[in-house]
Amino acid sequence: MITFDDVSITYSGATQPVLSHVNLTIPEGELVLVVGRTGSGKSTLLKCVNGLVPHFTGGTLSGRVTVAGRDTRTHPPRELADVVGIVPQDPMSGFVTDVVEDELAYGMESLGLAPDVMRRRVEETLDLLGLAHLRNRALMSLSGGERQRVAIGAVLTTHPSVLVLDEPTSALDPGAAEEVLAALQRLVHDLGVTVLMAEHRLERVVQYADRVIVVGGPGEAIRMGTPDEIMIDAPVAPPVVELGRLAGWDPLPLSVRDARRCAAPLRERLEPFVSDLSVATNMYGDEALSMSDAIVRHGHTVALRGISISAQAGEIVAVMGRNGAGKSTLLGTLVGLHGLNGGSASVGNAAPASLRGRELVTRVGLVPQDPTHLLVADSVRDECSATDLDCGLAAGSTRRTLDRLAPGIKDDTHPRDLSEGQRLALALAIVLAADPPIVLLDEPTRGLDYPAKQQLVAILKSLAQEGRCVLLATHDVELAADVATRVIVLADGEIVADGPAPDVVIGSPMFAPQVSKVLSPQPWLTVAQVARALEPAS
Amino acid sequence: MKPQHRLGAAALPRWTHPVAWWAWALGLVACVSRTTNPLLHALIVSVAGWVVARRRPEAPWANSFALFCRLGIVVIAIRVVVAMILGGGLGDHVLFTLPSIQLPDWVAGITLGGPVTAEALLSALYEGAVIAAILACIGAANSLASPARLLATVPAALYEVGVSIVVALSFAPQLVADVSRVQTARRLRGRPHRGVRALAGSAMPVFEGALERAVDLAAAMDSRGYGRTRPMKPRDQFIARVLVLISLIALSIGVYALVDGVDGSWVSWSFVAIGIICAMVGLRIAGRRSIRTRYRPDPWALPEWLVLLSGWIPAALFIAVAVNDPASLTGQTSPLQWPALPAIPAIAVLMAALPGIVTPLPPGGGPASTGVASELRRQEVLS
Repeated sequence: MITFDDVSITYSGATQPVLSHVNLTIPEGELVLVVGRTGSGKSTLLKCVNGLVPHFTGGTLSGRVTVAGRDTRTHPPRELADVVGIVPQDPMSGFVTDVVEDELAYGMESLGLAPDVMRRRVEETLDLLGLAHLRNRALMSLSGGERQRVAIGAVLTTHPSVLVLDEPTSALDPGAAEEVLAALQRLVHDLGVTVLMAEHRLERVVQYADRVIVVGGPGEAIRMGTPDEIMIDAPVAPPVVELGRLAGWDPLPLSVRDARRCAAPLRERLEPFVSDLSVATNMYGDEALSMSDAIVRHGHTVALRGISISAQAGEIVAVMGRNGAGKSTLLGTLVGLHGLNGGSASVGNAAPASLRGRELVTRVGLVPQDPTHLLVADSVRDECSATDLDCGLAAGSTRRTLDRLAPGIKDDTHPRDLSEGQRLALALAIVLAADPPIVLLDEPTRGLDYPAKQQLVAILKSLAQEGRCVLLATHDVELAADVATRVIVLADGEIVADGPAPDVVIGSPMFAPQVSKVLSPQPWLTVAQVARALEPAS
Repeated sequence: MKPQHRLGAAALPRWTHPVAWWAWALGLVACVSRTTNPLLHALIVSVAGWVVARRRPEAPWANSFALFCRLGIVVIAIRVVVAMILGGGLGDHVLFTLPSIQLPDWVAGITLGGPVTAEALLSALYEGAVIAAILACIGAANSLASPARLLATVPAALYEVGVSIVVALSFAPQLVADVSRVQTARRLRGRPHRGVRALAGSAMPVFEGALERAVDLAAAMDSRGYGRTRPMKPRDQFIARVLVLISLIALSIGVYALVDGVDGSWVSWSFVAIGIICAMVGLRIAGRRSIRTRYRPDPWALPEWLVLLSGWIPAALFIAVAVNDPASLTGQTSPLQWPALPAIPAIAVLMAALPGIVTPLPPGGGPASTGVASELRRQEVLS
């Protein structure tokens, strides 16, 4: 269906090619997962399929890419619109109309399909993706998962034989991600669509894939194979695979279900160590932040309805809940971005909304969901020196913090050219410059690959050890299991659970990490815990 | 009777044709522009508001009417304040006296401050009300049919232009969201986030963000087949170009003759007519290049005719009254007197309320409050 024949791509101004000598053949009707570190060229590979590279992005392509027999060299993206549907990373950025039904029809209108065909296909697609109840809704009013499904539906109506998705679940909560993946599953099985998908959250998708392509980065060859072949030694792997490697299971399990089947002996081996798992509590410092009966409204929607929390210095608190549950508002309120409609909030014995400038940043720092929002300068150097000036620090202080968080970033790199992980480190370095005792992070793992995530875990733990209070809003259950000492679950602006991480996440179908699902009823959360327990035994 | 011809609540919920709503609103604008009588303005705005309340869809743009009304109030306020400052001794009911400032000789004729009369204020109020009422009418059209829906009805040859306009329109609310985002970032970095300096500091990131989004959208549209065309016969292409050229020349001559008033007779009108006909034929031929089809085009049926007429008949009546009895449409300011409500124009305006009864309900459950501002904020919460 898709063939890459000795393809190399060099962007203009770059010294070395992003992809070199790629040879791939993707057969019809397969779900193919593209994995690799950020910046390795995954997105470039995906954009080659419908000719956006090089027709739209510029650069030089040597070799030949053919899709359903059409050469992308002679066919610009619009001439491939009937065979390739491409869903961008942020679905909102690709929407042309403003109502769900019109958006589904847009592609067909461009192709000039007959009105009765269009009508039928819109109805079929609404049913296929479970969107029928949303047909007259404005796109702006949809939730993240609904938007992603509309974006998929919008390209499906032209009946493409290839569907290309760039990180379709990375911004979604676990429930919404399941919905999207179930829809994709259905397309592959029932309609024989070939799906090519890039995704960092392997734990969510690897079990559905027929094949995995590993993009190694500049200068490295691209590998393709079945998931269990690739996962044996892949540099990136979900926890269930790592657990399988640790326990020496063969064949390697890819899903929780497979792993549970061979987990009984492991559970027996681990039984004696369960009692060592009890979490030491009350080892934290003074109360750092608190909220009592806080109410925040946005127009008619109530974002927080009477929230009371408190957190101590040295704690790492994960705030979880579905998209729109009020996580971001909670963090925003703690830095005074949203005024309170009732109740009170305090950070370092002051109401956040009353704080300005230095007073605020020396008490509490927030790394927003998209770290680029915090970055304004043209280079890492300017960004760091501006921060030194802002906070009255000696020249080079922020740069040193940055080197501690993420070594090896060049001084004159533009912040937009950094990888997601490096950008997060830069934003965190800026926030830490004022030395706030409270650090808030909104969805820090969005777009991070596993190594970058591990680095983040280490950073967060060291922040807590320095005696800071860390509060993070996240969808990432694996991250929460790894770092959080306490988990707060929000739903519809109310607290539904607040307690030590193991108590809250174990047994929850949504928020339990993979290791816990495999080894339940034993309360293990991470592969590291299991490895530590097994060490003396082996 | 075919289902799309049914009226009011008996009809199945569907979108009323956007062109009908805009034509109706323009009819009301024509009424407003013929009168300075504040009672008539109030009546027109109330009628428009009533129709909007009954027929606006559940969509982010449905709140435009309130937005435009607020804008109108701002316009009136500015007009009145300016009138106060510039003074001008019109009338003799002095309300209060502002300290007057002596301007140098070379701007003689302009006075700042001085006595403020009731007559001057009232006439400023009436003049402001004209603009405010026009804004309200346009807001009503915006609420009832989004500009995007209207532009979907443009001829195939102009479709590309239409899309650029829609994209440009969607830029404005995004820009507002961007500015607030950048101000948030400045606050988080402990920098001043309000005032002129903060605004200057945030301009660059805002434009960067806007540009990035535009490029993303362009890529998405290209991937979805925007701009696919079928090859056109060179002969057709030539004919289309010649026709459009002729129409431009004819329209220029016609409009010039009309405005200039050299001869207001049938000659200038016929030039305009030739221009319009040539443009229509030319666009039609040029449209053959486009392979685009329309999904569920809104039908033009009986309700649409009624909407159109209930906007245009009042406009025609106002024009007739303006010729025969101009005094009844004028808001008297000197001498001061309470304006009277003339019978024929009032009845004409009430006619314009007809769409609130005869049009079908919009799909998706009719009126609901989803303001653009709260929607944008909800966005931030969701994402």
